[in-house]
Amino acid sequence: MSIKKLMASVSAMAFVALAGPAQADVKIGVVLALTGPNASLGVPYRKGVELLPKEIGGEKVQLIFLDDASDPSTAVRNAQKLITDDKVDFLIGGSNTPASQAMANVTQREQVQQMSLAPAAHPADKNQWLVAVPQPANLWADALVKDMLKRKIKTVAFIGFSDPWGDICYNALKEVGEKNGLKIVTNERYARADTSVTGQVLKIIAAKPDAVLVGGSGTPGALPHIALAERGYKGPVYATPGIFNKDFLRVGGKSVENVIAVTGPIGAHDQLPAGNPIKKVSEEFIAKYEAINGKGSWNGFAAFSYDGMLVLEEAIKQALKKAKPGTPEFRKAVRDELRNVKELVGTNGVYHFPEGSAYGVDERSVILVQVKNGDWKLVAN
Amino acid sequence: MTVSRALRPALIGVFAIAIAIIPLLAGGFTITLLNYIGIYTLITLGLVLLTGCGGITSFGQAAFVGIGAYATAYLSTAAGLSPWVGLAAGVVLTGFVALVLGYITLHLGGHYLPLTTIAWGVAIFLSFGNFQFLGAHGGIGDIPAISLFGFTFDDQAELYYIIWFFCGLALLGAANLLRSRQGRAIRALRGGKGMSESLGINVFWVRLCVFVMAAALAGIAGWLYAHMTRFVSPAPFDLKAGIEYLLMAVLGGAGTISGALVGAAAVALVKNWLQDLLPLLTSNSANLEIVVFGCLFILLLHKSRSGIVPLVRQYLPFKPDTAPPPEAATPVTLPTIKPMPQGSTLLKIEGLTKRFGGLVAVDNVNFEVKAGTITALIGPNGAGKSTSFNLITGALKLTSGKVTFAGHDLSGVKPHEVVSLGMARTFQHVKLRPTMTLLENVMLGCYQRSSTGFVAGALRLDRAEERAVYDVAMRELARVGLADKAHELAGNLALGQQRVLEVARALAAGPLLIMLDEPAAGLRSLEKQALAELLRNLRADGMSILLVEHDMDFVMSLADRVVVLEFGKKLAEGTPAEIQANPAVQEAYLGSVE
Amino acid sequence: MSIPGGGARGRSMTFDIFVLLVQDAIGTGAIYVLMALGIVLIFNVTRVIFVSYGDLVAYSALTLGAFELNRMPGTVWLVLTLAAMAFVIEAASLIRRQQARQIPKAFVYWGIIPAIPVALTFLIGAENLSLPVSILLTIALVLPLGPLLYRIVFQPIATAPVLVLLMVAVALHFAIAGLALLYFGPEGFRTSAFVSGDVMIGSFGIPQQLILIVGAAAVFSAILFLFFQYSLAGKALRATAINREGARLVGIWTTRAGALAFLLAAGIAGVAGVLISPTTTIYYDTGLIVGLKGFVGSVVGGFVSYPLAAVGAIIIGLIESFGSFYSSALKEAIVFAAIIPIVLWRWLYVSAHDADEHEEE
Repeated sequence: MSIKKLMASVSAMAFVALAGPAQADVKIGVVLALTGPNASLGVPYRKGVELLPKEIGGEKVQLIFLDDASDPSTAVRNAQKLITDDKVDFLIGGSNTPASQAMANVTQREQVQQMSLAPAAHPADKNQWLVAVPQPANLWADALVKDMLKRKIKTVAFIGFSDPWGDICYNALKEVGEKNGLKIVTNERYARADTSVTGQVLKIIAAKPDAVLVGGSGTPGALPHIALAERGYKGPVYATPGIFNKDFLRVGGKSVENVIAVTGPIGAHDQLPAGNPIKKVSEEFIAKYEAINGKGSWNGFAAFSYDGMLVLEEAIKQALKKAKPGTPEFRKAVRDELRNVKELVGTNGVYHFPEGSAYGVDERSVILVQVKNGDWKLVAN
Repeated sequence: MTVSRALRPALIGVFAIAIAIIPLLAGGFTITLLNYIGIYTLITLGLVLLTGCGGITSFGQAAFVGIGAYATAYLSTAAGLSPWVGLAAGVVLTGFVALVLGYITLHLGGHYLPLTTIAWGVAIFLSFGNFQFLGAHGGIGDIPAISLFGFTFDDQAELYYIIWFFCGLALLGAANLLRSRQGRAIRALRGGKGMSESLGINVFWVRLCVFVMAAALAGIAGWLYAHMTRFVSPAPFDLKAGIEYLLMAVLGGAGTISGALVGAAAVALVKNWLQDLLPLLTSNSANLEIVVFGCLFILLLHKSRSGIVPLVRQYLPFKPDTAPPPEAATPVTLPTIKPMPQGSTLLKIEGLTKRFGGLVAVDNVNFEVKAGTITALIGPNGAGKSTSFNLITGALKLTSGKVTFAGHDLSGVKPHEVVSLGMARTFQHVKLRPTMTLLENVMLGCYQRSSTGFVAGALRLDRAEERAVYDVAMRELARVGLADKAHELAGNLALGQQRVLEVARALAAGPLLIMLDEPAAGLRSLEKQALAELLRNLRADGMSILLVEHDMDFVMSLADRVVVLEFGKKLAEGTPAEIQANPAVQEAYLGSVE
Repeated sequence: MSIPGGGARGRSMTFDIFVLLVQDAIGTGAIYVLMALGIVLIFNVTRVIFVSYGDLVAYSALTLGAFELNRMPGTVWLVLTLAAMAFVIEAASLIRRQQARQIPKAFVYWGIIPAIPVALTFLIGAENLSLPVSILLTIALVLPLGPLLYRIVFQPIATAPVLVLLMVAVALHFAIAGLALLYFGPEGFRTSAFVSGDVMIGSFGIPQQLILIVGAAAVFSAILFLFFQYSLAGKALRATAINREGARLVGIWTTRAGALAFLLAAGIAGVAGVLISPTTTIYYDTGLIVGLKGFVGSVVGGFVSYPLAAVGAIIIGLIESFGSFYSSALKEAIVFAAIIPIVLWRWLYVSAHDADEHEEE
């Protein structure tokens, strides 16, 4: 009775509120995994996206967030809703590769520019409406493999998530590694929610590899490191981008000491030479982020979002000179201007998205770091 | 206001027109939402049949949706075949997998069966991501659209018609099915194995059929899903999805066809509404969506345990349809069994023995029942009367001995085949379906005399047989004096009337012998008199009766022959007068014989 | 002692590996046993298949983790909100039955008592707590969640069919896990061990923490078994699930029975969470999958036997451990698929005669 009344009045308020916003706003839809297994990426991505200025070129900017609960088909539905109902000018998403690739079908058909925060790509003729902010897997795999070769490593064991990210890491390692004469001896997988990886680690140790690559992300990515340390594995252990936050170090503790990871330059920004422009942008990002989220809260994912927002801000500023928001012309203008962005310095690299490619970074976006005394230290290139 | 038969097609027509018009009136995302609702309805419909009606709680429907989706995804991309081939393959594959899984697990009961549905549901879901040819965890993309005669169903609005066409067909078919012979059998499953088998229902086989049907419906839903989102990955087919479909069924009203549609729509709409509303109230909207959804669900189930549809029905002015089904063009009569001559041996029990471990419950019992007579089996508590009963009907397995009925040796005859030989029974604790009407309960008695299958029932090809069954049922209801209450729910009857209803149901089977297990227990004296009168009338009509009873007055005034058991052994046999005078019997009862 | 690894595959089993896998299995199995105990306990008294039990364990671990990070755990807000709701519902029910005089007493039971641990937490503050204090506070905060959830969610529909109770329990799980995400965030917690070091048996080291967990699981199993099998109170509790009307007729206070069962279960959950959190990273959604495997264990135990439920849970742990060695990608699929033959075996050889001819209306 009273609950029904409450719901009725609330929906009435919603009606009024929904009728509200002015037509001229720039509307940006964001589809991320805010709940479910991928939330440890989605939530920090969101916080980075929220650093986008509220006003660009005199127009108000409205961000509409929808949660895909780590399910690509929900992502597709959300993308459809944002484009058809909310009439967004731009779509940011997804936070994992299948979600981005699934949504790419929709954005391609509806001709809305999509910026993925997870690595994602289509064959060249279908990339007109898709860009991805992070480095492509082969780029960072290259850096890892180079380091392995320097240490005279011949055999590498792999353990990663039993999900698309694990697939991506393994495939990249295999492709780049085998091209350079490395042998990948195991393809162990585990679920994010697993409480133990003893079996997998025992098998890895029995295979006596020269090095181990762990393809996880966030705090679940720490589990193999802990298990390897418990079993007394002495060889070098590598980690992929994606483990870059304080929680990983906290949960991993002593077990992750000396782990070598590949990351964007922000990972060791304080150790970059003073003239490096990325250093300045990284410090700006950290200052802005921590002003809202508290000291010590910055992380690699939010940094990627922030880079994306820098690019987006530039593209919108230029597009507003050509068309009004809410029109198909504006959508096309944003797309074109995004491709026109050149040498934009971010926290994780320097961005330029050429036609026909989804990715926009080069070797400047990859550095190697190593955990020393509980913090990341730059490995001399 | 009655929903008469004539009105039903009109209602369906109105519904169909409404469905057809909506895409022209509503725009954009509403159509997408309706498409999802249509797909969910198909899946939930399977669950209504399986769980709501059949009593088999299944958490694994999402896995079948996945099989259907992946089948068409693979065939239409890698193999380049038409989506329609994908549909056929999906249905065949889900049906086959369901057949195998059902064959292995449907013998289980209690809490084991739902657990196995979780087991294979999760195992199948996890397997999707492990096969390279299925795209591993990344899934399969670029699935083509459905096309028919050159027209491509590319748009949401175009797909809408295909989805709702399938949905409408399924809803109609299911509604027809539930009103037909096998539908009654499905609804009987919840009454327990004992009751169902005594009616001639092969419980395992019916369960298997419903299981496969539900899987096929899910498979079709998967096909539609794949060609709508044009992308499949393992994620939508996990345990959480399986749980959600079950939630939809329970929310809508698990035992009702319309509940499938209502439940699916309710869940989809509420989730969408929350997605729009919560961001206006808080910045943590994503987390709160599921919390609010869970709370709303709990609230609703508190208000109405059987779901939305039964709740709404209470307030609707519609009364159930009481008109008889239409006369068939060529009427049929149900088969009857040739009766044995009056006075011949109908049932012969030789050396009946049952051991439970070290305890001998029934020890070498011999007696006969002659055709056209009433025979009573009496004895003190624990004498082995009900056990003997169950041994004779096959509900319990013999340790040794032989039962011959109407010339057939019953060893090796399965419990559900006994009634087709002419032996029907009632139960000590009344086993009726309280949510079905009296008429429907009695029609269940005709199960093994009729032959309409699942498909024929769904397609409404059974009009002649239904009318025949109806006639038989009404006749038996009249015979026991309950004809005026034919359309009331059986659960509303008093105990005495329920027992009489069970007798009517047994009579509907056209038996040679009716076996009554303590029919007078718990009845008041007027009810007992009415029952005795009924039994005498039946005997006069040529029916043979074997009954187990405690009440001496009842037995002695009614029976032609009495058999007395004590401690599992036969103590005495004879006419009521002989038994009453027998000193051993008097001693056994310690004076309870008047 | 070890057989040389089979070339690049390295799949060969050695004795050392075998022992380690068994140890791992017992460790995981013990966690599942603690899950199974709570689920069986609640089902035996209330017929609710309490899917959310795993969430209570997770809350316990997460609360301890929050204390370790000097943060105020969100659990306090949950307890306060639930206490307020429970009191309001109880008061409304008392008014409807014209027993308004009982309201002050209800206020004490439902309002004040659950609030005590919350008040304590605010008083002491979440900063720099010593380990024993934070453990005690954690368990004290999780304890009231049990009876409060029972009162609000399950008592009003206590006579509903098992399927409806299960669906409500599932919906509750969604709500509770969603709140956990809100309170604790998506990242995991792993607290520092309270006993470190290994106990050496021959050349094998068994972590002391592991012994604690297994010990706790064994002790709880034994206590529950003895209580429910042999004590009058235990039998009374079981009676309420078997026949609620009958139990009332003989004077068993059925609503109190339900609340008591949930309280006991919450207690076990609190201890379990605290024990597990040093050895396992717990996330806001760990509750479901771990609880599910515990549920499987309890089904193997026929849902009524605590020792058998424990055995079932260990079997699951063994399959998981060895499965992850032989084929890690398919490990979960193997664990779940293996349930079917186990269940079939149990049905055919153990309980075919206690066939549950349980008719729902």
